[in-house]
This record gives sequence, structure tokens and C-alpha cells, in this order.
Amino acid sequence: MSFFSELWDYLDINHSSVVEALTQHIWLALLPVAIAFVLALPLGWAVDRFGVFKHIALTLGSIIYTIPSLALLLLIPGVVGTSILDPTNVVIALTLYSLALLVRTTADGLGSVDDSVLQAATAMGYKPAKRWFTVQLPLAMPVILAGLRVATVANVSMVSVAALIGIGGLGQLFTRGFQLGFYAPPIVIGLVLSVLLALVADIVIVLVQRWLTPWARAAGAR
Amino acid sequence: MNFDFLLDGANWSLSAPDAFPHRILEHLGYTGLALLIAVAIAFPIGMWIGHTGRGAFVAINVGNAGRALPTLGVLMLALSLVGIGLLPVTVALVILAVPPILATTYAGVRAVPGETVDAARGVGMTSTQIALRVELPIALPIVLGGLRNATLQVISTATIAAYVGLGGLGRYLFDGLSVSDYSQVVAGAVVVAVLAVVVDLLLAGIQRLLVSPGIDGRALRAPRRASADVAAVPVPQSTT
Amino acid sequence: MVIEFDSVTKRYPDGTVAVGDLAMTIPSGRITVFVGPSGCGKTTSLRMINRMIDPTSGRILIDGDDIAGRPAAQLRRSIGYVIQHAGLFPHRTVVDNVATVPVLQGMSRRTARKRAYELLELVGLTAQMGDRYPVQLSGGQQQRVGVARALAADPPVMLMDEPFSAVDPVVREGLQSELLRLQGEIGKTIVLVTHDIDEAIKLGDQVAVFAQGGRLAQYAAPEELLAAPADDFVAGLVGRDRGYRGLSFAEGAELALRPVDTELDGLRLEVDADGRPLGWRGAEGLLPTEGTFGAGASLRAVTDLTILSPAGAAVRVDAEGRADGLILQSDLADHLRSRQRARLAAKAPAQREPSAEGAG
Repeated sequence: MSFFSELWDYLDINHSSVVEALTQHIWLALLPVAIAFVLALPLGWAVDRFGVFKHIALTLGSIIYTIPSLALLLLIPGVVGTSILDPTNVVIALTLYSLALLVRTTADGLGSVDDSVLQAATAMGYKPAKRWFTVQLPLAMPVILAGLRVATVANVSMVSVAALIGIGGLGQLFTRGFQLGFYAPPIVIGLVLSVLLALVADIVIVLVQRWLTPWARAAGAR
Repeated sequence: MNFDFLLDGANWSLSAPDAFPHRILEHLGYTGLALLIAVAIAFPIGMWIGHTGRGAFVAINVGNAGRALPTLGVLMLALSLVGIGLLPVTVALVILAVPPILATTYAGVRAVPGETVDAARGVGMTSTQIALRVELPIALPIVLGGLRNATLQVISTATIAAYVGLGGLGRYLFDGLSVSDYSQVVAGAVVVAVLAVVVDLLLAGIQRLLVSPGIDGRALRAPRRASADVAAVPVPQSTT
Repeated sequence: MVIEFDSVTKRYPDGTVAVGDLAMTIPSGRITVFVGPSGCGKTTSLRMINRMIDPTSGRILIDGDDIAGRPAAQLRRSIGYVIQHAGLFPHRTVVDNVATVPVLQGMSRRTARKRAYELLELVGLTAQMGDRYPVQLSGGQQQRVGVARALAADPPVMLMDEPFSAVDPVVREGLQSELLRLQGEIGKTIVLVTHDIDEAIKLGDQVAVFAQGGRLAQYAAPEELLAAPADDFVAGLVGRDRGYRGLSFAEGAELALRPVDTELDGLRLEVDADGRPLGWRGAEGLLPTEGTFGAGASLRAVTDLTILSPAGAAVRVDAEGRADGLILQSDLADHLRSRQRARLAAKAPAQREPSAEGAG
């Protein structure tokens, strides 16, 4: 299997740059999603609570999500004032994408909580803030986290595109392979690592979900 | 943000192969071709899996796996295996478009209420009739949603394909970058963004045309609800 | 269309027997109700008639022909099928829903729609509703559409699986009465499944009581079920006040009428110049009759009136409201007693078991 030995050789020789690319990738993919997740909670609450925001938020989100990733990456420097090669562009672009997705799923999740449960909580004497944090939010978690999974996986995949404009991440392995005359090993390594990273991130979120929603486990075991 | 290139009339000439109109058509061409093939593959399979319920494992996981694939990587891999040209790029685009179409077609058919399918069987529809006349129309909103998703995915990846020498709107991005003509980059980015939004709106319009008002809630927003003018059927007194 | 179950069994791969060696004949042109607790095999049996489920062994015959010989889809087009929650196609208008089977059979859409509009009126809806979508209709309305859809191809047989369980009690009662009225006009062979014994008694000409494991506990007319349940299971299912409920099935006309001027315990019926009853005249003055009955009233209504009457007698009136006879409580008592004695005696001694429940 000469192909595998080529792969192995490449890894052996270049492993520090591969690790560096991987680390950059993790940063560039996960930071935006984390920021977006934190921002999506209050925004999702506003959209769920005040129907008037819903239309605006969804339309705006829709438009942002529709714009091809490379285009967005290249338009941001002009709007924000950073240089094209600044990794901040990637973070901003991916945060916007993730927000577009997460605000919607967070609002959906909060809206999916049975109204009779919320009313029962109020009747028991829960104040609005406490009710939101301890009743509505936990119950909305399955939908919210499902959205988070999608956003995370999408982000991991989108960061690669940044390599086309010279910013780091696993995408560099793809462009390296291209520059070396479509040399397969770095491309394959990049693909495998990218998919693995997405998989690991996905599993972590699933585990967090299991930990946060023990009642769902009990229901499944019936 | 420099809009010179975008607003320069020369770049909008209908005959020049380097101008926007031509590139837009090229871009749409790559997109359309890949989507056609992807739909031809993914749609029947998705419908079959959804209708019979067999192979659900495949449909769900292909969908998830597809999302995890980095578009640039798939593109590069296809090119390294097949060589440069329209074929490998199309193959890569198809590979990226199939998962969302397959997954949503399956999901859409599965979402059809079991009772409705039971009623369809009960009135005497054959298996094919049930699939085409009942399951498909009801699944349409979800299926078309997946198609829209796939379309955006393909438009986005086709933009990237310019990096490896393909035409399309990505050309402006990479040509502009290589000579630091930021105005060209902006122009390309704006045009492709607008194109994507317009195409998506068009698909949304098609969705509206194709989906029955009884399914997407349009019927409920109609002026009156039926209960307001119920036929005067008196509730009979018990006469036992 | 006579439907016959010939030693039909349905056994599932995990061993459960849903229906065990069922043998029964469903009469033509009547409503037969399958009733029983959950899991007793009533729905399974129903769904075997239109081959939604196929039996493990045994045959089902419609008018002597084994249904297994006919292609399933074709068979189903000749049988009306109504289910809980109607199962209407949400993507089609109401009228197109109703026109489904005729169109499947090859009728032109225009003709089918025309017939569909007529059917909507038959089931108590307006033609206007035909152009709406199911989502715009209430549950009760959707169920009526479901019935119309089942009737569209004029099938000789109709199967109804808990058709009225999903609507609220007031609407349910209306729908039940509608069904009886419809049946009076169309006379189809109807098989209806319900878990509600009162619905079974109200609607059925014949009632089949299923017990766990698909065993047929009793198959008889509703009065028989009330008057003489086959075993404790059936008696328990039927519930309390069997005697009183059974009165609904007999007519007041069975009893001898006494003259209007009969004196009862010091009371005599007083009428006005036209002969209409004013009340019972006696030592305390004029006491109200508390109601009258007309020809065709059930024994239950008559008995109720004798209880409410100060004289222990129900007053019968003719079409113009003139009193034309009395039915006395004492005559009623004699009649009921001899009737029930005859009924219980008619059953073979071995079948007649003392009921475990007390006397009501």
C-alpha cells in the first residue's frame, strides 16, 4: 500500500505544521460558535417572546446564511476595516453564520416548551427570570443543542475555505496539496482530520446534552 | 469598500466572456448541472427509503456525514483523483449536494402522519400511488427546503472552484486577490451574494407555487375559519 | 353483502394471538358493532376485512367469495373505510378528498367532484366547505368528510374504526345520530369498532363483544346483551342499570292502553274542551301530569313518565295533543316481568349463569 506509506511519510515529516494547522482550525471553528451561542440565548429569547422580532431576525438570518462563505469572508474586511489576511475576519464571518442558525433554533427550542408547564411554574410562584433559567431553558435544551451541533459541524467544515485567502487552519493542507500538483496525502490527511474534528465536537455536545437533560434519558429507557 | 469595479459598465457588457453576465451564466450552469445530477440520484433513493422505511440508517447518517465534509477538501480530492476540468468539479459538487437532498427527502416522507398513509391504503391506493399522490405532496415543504439548502451549498462551492481554474463568479475573487485589486474582489463578492439571495428567493417562490395551501398554513390565514359558518345541523335531543 | 369470518386467526411472530379462531357472520344491510377493551382484537378483525391485515389462517368471505383472491387495492376501493381523526389528505381540498375513490376508479374529476359536493350535503356540510382544506375544518367536520369520502364510490360495505372517539361528547352524539339517519336512507352493511359500550348499544343492530385474545364472548342484538349477558365479562363490560337501559329497545305500544277516565287512587285525569290533558284532579287539587308521550315512544320514556306521574300512569296523546289512553305502572310491571322471564327461559340452562354482581 504505497499510498498509505506516502501518507505516513508526509505526516512524519510535516507533523508540526499539521498540528499547528489543526490547532488554528479548532480555534477558528469553535470560538465563533461559542460566541454565537452565548449571543443567541438573549436574542433567541427576544425572538420567542416578542413576535415582532421574529420576522426581522429570520429574514436577516436567512440572508446571511445564503451568502456564500468566501464572499462573506471577503466583504467583511471592507465593512469592519481589518486587513484581508486577518483571522478576525473568519471569526466574524463564522459568528454571523452561526448566529443566523442559532438564533432561529434557540427561539424554536424555547417556543417548543409546553405552555402548560410554564404556566404551572408561574402558578407555583416562580418569578420570570428564575422560570426562564430553571424551567424553560433546560426544557428547550434538546432543540437548542441540536442546532448547536449543526452549527458546530458546519463551522468546522467552513473554516477550511479560509485557507484560500491565506488564513490558517486545516484548509492549508488542501491548498498545499494543490500547490504540489494535486498531491493527495496532505489533502487526505486534511479531510480525515476535519471530519474527525467535526465528529469529536458533535459527540462532545451529545454527551453534554445527556448530562444536562437526564429526564430525556429516563424517557428513552422506558 | 471600493465599488468601482462593480459599477464599471464595461464589466457588465453582454458579449465579453470576462464580464459579469457571462460569468453569472457560467456559475449558474455549473450549479444547475450538479444539482440536476444530485437530485436524480438522491431524490429517488430518499423517497424509496422514506416510503419503505428500509435503510433509514443510511439516509440519516449520509446526511450528517455530508455536513461534516469540508467543501474545499472534497474539491481538491476529486481533482487529485480525476484531474482538472469540469468533470471532477461537478463530481465534487454532486457529492456535496447529495447528502442534504437525501436526508431531507427521507425526513420529509417520514414526517407524513402514519394515519394519513393508513387512510391512503384504506381507500385503495397502490404503493406507488401512495408515494406519489400522498407522501410526496405532503413532504414537499421539507424536501424543497433541502433542495434550497443544497443549492446554496453548490453555489458557494462553485465560487471556490475558481481557485482551481474554473470560471464562474469566483474568478473575480481570486483574480482580484492575486493583483490586490480589492475593488474587483468586492464586486465579485457582492454579485455572488446577490445571486445566491435571488436564486433562493426564486426557489422560495417555486415552493410557494408547488406546495398545497392546505399544508403550509396558507389556508389558515384565509379570511374565515370554517367553524364560523357551520351548516345548521341541530344537535338532536336524546329520544331514548 | 354478507361478510363471513371462517375460523380466522391472527398470530404475530412474537407469539401474541390478536384474533383466535373467529367464526361469525355479519348480516347484510345492518350495522354490526365490534366492542371490547384494548387489545381484544376488534380492530384487527375489522382491518382483516379490507386486507389491511392478512389473517394467519382461516378465510374471510364477502358474499361467498374469499377476499384473499382479490388484489388488495382493488378490494379496498369497493369498501368504505373511516378511521379515527378522519385521516383526510391535508394537501387536497375537502371536495377532492371526497372524490378520491371515484377518481381512482377512473371517473372523470369533474363528475367525481359533482358527486362529492352532493355527498357533503348528505353528511350535513355545505358545498362551500368543499373548497376548503381539511386544516380549516373542526374535528367533527373532518370526521363527516371522512364519512363522505367513504361513501363516494357507493360501496356496499363500510368499515369504521373508532370513528367518533376523537371528538367531544356533544359532537359525538350528533355524529352518531347522523349515522343512524344516514343508514336509514342508504342501508349499507356497516362494521363499526368502538371501545364504548353505550355507543355499541346505541348504534348496533348486532353487537359482537370481544374479550382478550380475540375471543368472541357474545354476539347478539343489543337488547339481548343488556337482558342476558353471556358471562361475567360481558356483564361487567355492559355495566350497571342494564334493566333500565334495556327499556330503550321496547316500544310503549306493546302495552295495553287503559281508558283516559280510569280513576287511580282518588285521582282522575282532567281534560279541556278539546280533550287535551290539564292535570290529575284529586283531593289536593289539580296536580300536573309532568309530561305526555306519543305513539312510538320507547318503553323507557313511558316508564319514566309513570314514575313522574302523581297517579302512577303515563298519559298518551294523539297527533293533535288529545289524551287517548293511559299506561299504568302496574301493567308495566307485569309486562316487564313476564318478558324477562320468557327471555331468560329461552336460553339453554347451561348458558344461563347467575351474575356475580348484586341486584344492581
